[in-house]
Amino acid sequence: MPTETTTRIGGLFSKCGASGRKAFIAYLTAGHPTPAHTASLVLALERGGADLIELGVPFSDPIADGPVIQAASERALRNGATLAGLLDTVVEIRRRSQIPILLFSYLNPLLKYGFDKVARDAAAAGIDGVLLTDLPVEEAKDPVARLRGQGLDTVFLAAPTSSERRLRLVAEHSAGFVYLVSRTGVTGERQSLSQAAAPLTQRMRELTRLPLAIGFGIGAPDQVGEAAKIADGIVVGSAIVHFIETHAASDELDRKLEEFTRHLTAPLRVT
Amino acid sequence: MSSAVVPDALGHFGPYGGRYVPEVLMSPLEELEQAYGEARRDPAFRNELQSLLHHYAGRPTPLYFASRLSESLKGARIWLKREDLLHTGAHKINNCLGQILLARRMGKRRIIAETGAGQHGVATATVCALFGMECVVYMGEEDMRRQRLNVFRMRLLGANVTAVRTGSRTLKDAISEAMRDWVTNIATTHYLLGSALGAHPYPLMVRDFHKVIGEEARAQALEQIGRLPDVVLACVGGGSNAIGIFYPFVPDSGVRLIGVEAGGRSHKLGDHAARFSGGSPGVLHGAFSYLLQDEAGQVGLTHSVSAGLDYALIGPEHAWLHDQSRAEYVSIGDADALAAARTLARMEGVIPALESSHAVAEAIRRAPAEPEAVYIVNVSGRGDKDMDIYRENMPELDDAD
Repeated sequence: MPTETTTRIGGLFSKCGASGRKAFIAYLTAGHPTPAHTASLVLALERGGADLIELGVPFSDPIADGPVIQAASERALRNGATLAGLLDTVVEIRRRSQIPILLFSYLNPLLKYGFDKVARDAAAAGIDGVLLTDLPVEEAKDPVARLRGQGLDTVFLAAPTSSERRLRLVAEHSAGFVYLVSRTGVTGERQSLSQAAAPLTQRMRELTRLPLAIGFGIGAPDQVGEAAKIADGIVVGSAIVHFIETHAASDELDRKLEEFTRHLTAPLRVT
Repeated sequence: MSSAVVPDALGHFGPYGGRYVPEVLMSPLEELEQAYGEARRDPAFRNELQSLLHHYAGRPTPLYFASRLSESLKGARIWLKREDLLHTGAHKINNCLGQILLARRMGKRRIIAETGAGQHGVATATVCALFGMECVVYMGEEDMRRQRLNVFRMRLLGANVTAVRTGSRTLKDAISEAMRDWVTNIATTHYLLGSALGAHPYPLMVRDFHKVIGEEARAQALEQIGRLPDVVLACVGGGSNAIGIFYPFVPDSGVRLIGVEAGGRSHKLGDHAARFSGGSPGVLHGAFSYLLQDEAGQVGLTHSVSAGLDYALIGPEHAWLHDQSRAEYVSIGDADALAAARTLARMEGVIPALESSHAVAEAIRRAPAEPEAVYIVNVSGRGDKDMDIYRENMPELDDAD
């Protein structure tokens, strides 16, 4: 299994690896608050210091998500967000940015779109990889082959409660990086970085040379700094989505999000 | 009919079923699968469950010949499997007793459950009271409004009923919320899922706990009628009562199995819960099966006068039986179900639950054409919980003074 891929994700982590820098990964729900916002919000995140974007496909029944992303998904769907529309948005982003983009989705919207078609269209639009929240590693072989066949990375989640056997399969099926869920529970901000994060990172390091990103519950600069001590990438999701929701009506949403991102990424610039 | 063992080790019924959940839910599902595997082989577990089903829940339930109804239809002889006579008023208690014993075995002291109409919530609250366990029931805000009496029953039994205000505020959102609770509290908590749905091992386990319905009905038919029935009918929401009565008849190729879905008020997406005619394969709450969804793969809203049939995905074993042509699935609309409830009440003195009324309606519809046939209809629950809806829909009875 190659540890680096030729996608923008692979490029990012090899650049980070060479300079000893940690990657800041920003999640946002595509289409939230409206599909028209998404491209400029991604560019604002990039200006604020984000290195990689996880673009969440809104789904009607997001069982892994806490209240913030649930509400954002509902709002995006009410405002007409679709996977097809999201792919158009990525084409628009690619005219102005080469930031790595990971599609983050529940399985069903992709099943309905068709796996081969989604792999082809996502790659053509300029997406670099796909993470499917509810695709278990046991069922991953065929979808992974289809996605990789179009040059897309496939990222899987590992949890503190994952067995050794499952962690091996996560390592085997992942390309680009592995996403470590820092705690059990749903997405959402927490007071401190989970005690479970460090041991999980260690277990995973023994199984793979892929870069490791930590997410779930990280929403403040000190947590970002703490996570950066053990991982190669730090994911912030709900805090960003919550910020967007709070300032959705503002004329200066983009500028404010850029500032917020700069604030979150500050610990990564101090070396 | 393929002879392959279903489900396989990963919970597949043919292509259906499986375990499509986020990684964080995998370890509790694996723990549950292992604990259930051990329990089902343990005679002490089986004996304790059997004793509770008999002494506490009231099994076996009668197989009763509905003679006036049959005569009036001048057709098939209709027999009723009386699950409505069980403690708490529906078949749901079979599964709840099985899972509460399993939870105790696993050392879990906190039970969570989802409920739509409230029947599963009441059965769960009941077994939690019986075993002294903490009970949290998630229920959509909209369903709480429609089923106020059952909310009160759960609270009377000591359960904490939590309103779910996300999404469509109905059963599917209650299941999502229960899954989120479970993933946050896996060490202490057992999720007592109430239908043959969700990720493996739930569809298998829930079927096993309900197959006693079909085992009894089959033996009773041989004893009381002297032969197997020609047709077995049951309503299908998630599909627990239907798989419970169908499963023991699956090897009897001469017995037709007919599942009745909710036809609601029209064929439009959002107006019914007929997954086979209106849906296509997809994933919801951990299982791959026939799903009502829009062209973008978002889960469709459903409607049925019966909250217990009001769910967008059909249990995966039904999808498999359907594709194998071993069972047939039809739908009955709100109006016909209401009419059937009234007919059964007046002909037999049995007021069925609205869910069960769908199966009764299908039996009434097809009986006149099959005068030689023997039908068994699963009356999965009694109608007490539905009195408000019956009253709303039969105003002429309410104003009779």
